[in-house]
Amino acid sequence: MKHLLSTEDLSLANAIRILDTAEEMAAVGDREVKKLPALRGRTVVNLFFEDSTRTRISFEAAAKRLSADVINFAAKGSSVSKGESLKDTAQTLSAMGADAVVIRHWASGAPHRLASTDWIDAAVINAGDGTHEHPTQALLDAFTMRRHWARLAGTGSEGADLKGMRVAIAGDVLHSRVARSNVWLLRTLGAEVTLVAPPTLLPIGVEKWPCRVSYNMDETLEQGVDAVMMLRVQGERMNASFFPSTREYSRRWGFDDNRLHALDTLGMKDTIIMHPGPMNRGLEISAAAADSPRSTVLAQVRNGVSVRMAALYLLLSGDTREPAAPALAYAGTHSTKESN
Amino acid sequence: MAANTGTYLIRGASLLGGEPADVLIRDGVIAETGTGLSDDGATVIDAAGLVALPGMVDVHTHLREPGREDAETVETGTRAAALGGYTAVHAMANSTPVADTAGVVEQVYSLGQAAGWVDVRPVGAVTVGLAGEQLAELGAMADSRARVRMFSDDGICVHDPVLMRRALEYVKAFDGVVAQHAQEPRLTAGAQMNEGEVSAVLGLTGWPAVAEESIIARDVLLAQHVGSRLHVCHVSTAGSVEIIRWAKQRGINVTAEVTPHHLLLTDDLVRSYDPVYKVNPPLRTDADVQALRAGLADGTIDVVGTDHAPHPSEHKECEWAQAAMGMTGLETALSVVQHTMIETGLISWADFARVTSAAAAKIGRLEDQGRPLEAGEPANIILVDRAARWTVEPAKMATMGRNSPFKGMELPGKVVATFFKGHPTVLDGKLNTPYPHAASVGAA
Repeated sequence: MKHLLSTEDLSLANAIRILDTAEEMAAVGDREVKKLPALRGRTVVNLFFEDSTRTRISFEAAAKRLSADVINFAAKGSSVSKGESLKDTAQTLSAMGADAVVIRHWASGAPHRLASTDWIDAAVINAGDGTHEHPTQALLDAFTMRRHWARLAGTGSEGADLKGMRVAIAGDVLHSRVARSNVWLLRTLGAEVTLVAPPTLLPIGVEKWPCRVSYNMDETLEQGVDAVMMLRVQGERMNASFFPSTREYSRRWGFDDNRLHALDTLGMKDTIIMHPGPMNRGLEISAAAADSPRSTVLAQVRNGVSVRMAALYLLLSGDTREPAAPALAYAGTHSTKESN
Repeated sequence: MAANTGTYLIRGASLLGGEPADVLIRDGVIAETGTGLSDDGATVIDAAGLVALPGMVDVHTHLREPGREDAETVETGTRAAALGGYTAVHAMANSTPVADTAGVVEQVYSLGQAAGWVDVRPVGAVTVGLAGEQLAELGAMADSRARVRMFSDDGICVHDPVLMRRALEYVKAFDGVVAQHAQEPRLTAGAQMNEGEVSAVLGLTGWPAVAEESIIARDVLLAQHVGSRLHVCHVSTAGSVEIIRWAKQRGINVTAEVTPHHLLLTDDLVRSYDPVYKVNPPLRTDADVQALRAGLADGTIDVVGTDHAPHPSEHKECEWAQAAMGMTGLETALSVVQHTMIETGLISWADFARVTSAAAAKIGRLEDQGRPLEAGEPANIILVDRAARWTVEPAKMATMGRNSPFKGMELPGKVVATFFKGHPTVLDGKLNTPYPHAASVGAA
């Protein structure tokens, strides 16, 4: 792995390897001194062409816990907003010696452009591009689901996939990079995915995706789900006639109190409710659902740092081989951290 | 055609892919064809193994001048055209200023004459500033020295149905044609690529086929209603081919064009996010490609038009959504059509002459172009080495644009010589000299 651009082309072995490495990284986060020297002297640039405080600080925390030097480059208020091209920005960062570029961009495919041109030689991590992909979000979601799934099975997470897990992803699939990355990664990990959305918010071509599609939230719940992932919906979409009103959206597609109650009456005591954040409480998810013990929203945030540490570590550690087995390559850092 | 452009004897060329024959060119016209012609006083060109065809006529070229001389000029664009086997091009109206007045079309026409590589026939804008609000002075452009017969807001659809109706009606006064860029604007707001399986995965805003097809359906009915002549630019979908086929069966006076890139490339290429594949209309699916080839073969689609659209590199070296739409095409069109249509057995070289020359000249009402290779006809002739194979290298092209989607591909067929009004603008596959009276005409 030289870059992390999408989950569509992420192999099962690499996915498991990132998730297993993230488990090791999570252990670091539980310690008093949350720092490893693994990336000392390496420079990670957070190149953000779109506001996203959550994702940026998650990557920043991840890089800092690995002792990397972090440069935050927000396109707003910089030379980029004065018309500098992506090419010139990339070449500038290259000249400054960036080892990894974490890029968030409003344009689908911008990370691919950085990775496939000779503008910059650094490792590229896609931190969300347009309506294309958000691979680290899908990885942190899978990490969260895998822990839950393993706990139910009474086994450990390490090396595990999500075979047999039923996941419903509900909301604005059309405009969601989170949904796309999750569909591919969950397929790779063996989960069964159902997309639930109004027909207007599903892309033409979704019928070729490795998942089922439903227009009915209640039927999907009745058929049984182990995780429900609610996607953020922008209320302004109603102005483009994607749905008639936010109230109708909420009634038909939102995870409201009735549906939260239905999980109990349907006997699904272990079903979790997920959300990538930020949430629109009262639109796609009710406050009671967001705050219920089923909600994994904060666990997802916590796991995000571990997963991003794993991604940065694996891309920058120089080990680009496909793993024969999902064994960790950084055992050496354990001894170092003991002395910290 | 009485200009003194010299005497050339093309020896042993296969006329339209048929039996070898000699062609004697004298002072701009074909003096004689046959076998064993005397070479007395003529420059002999050994054309054994080469195919002789009428000079190609492009119904759809963006020469960028005036306004974007950093992308292309009439000089560089027409050099590219000559090298690609063209003897005439229609220069689209979306220059800066827009070619919406007699003054601008005469300027472009004069630049073409001064360059001397091909006939440059300006296309006039349908509406003032391509704004889609008010008819441009179509009559003044028709009556100008440029003798405009084709009108188009290409790049932008004349989407207002009333305005389209009036334009179709009005051009009847001077045997004009409205060349429509069929793209329903509301259905394509922010569109980036063909809407389908690939756009769903890539997260790029979809450009549905119906946005093209609904406009074509409307326009053929309008053309029928007012009894006028419609030309549909760069048809790109299977559904469009079906609608045009239906319209022709009903006797509606519609012609249609397909680009070389839509005959070969599909939206799968967009998976690279390389904007060299970004074009309007977008690359479609393999089913569309096959339907376009079938449509060109059976005459539903009349002509190949390049939609040659050079852009400076900075407009392509960027994010997909930021990139300009368009591809170069003048220097690859012959090869792509040979590859997709002739080597697949769909059409013959005689058909090639029809779809790249005769039919195109007829649409644009170019009397001296697209003519048979017979005695007395204007000597617009190209010689093609159909056995040649070459690898596309954009950096070596005459166009200033480096945005060829065929970069790195090996294609068949090479233009060896181009005779424009009896003068060789291309010899041995290289630019020779422009038409000799170019300078004096330009100065006039």
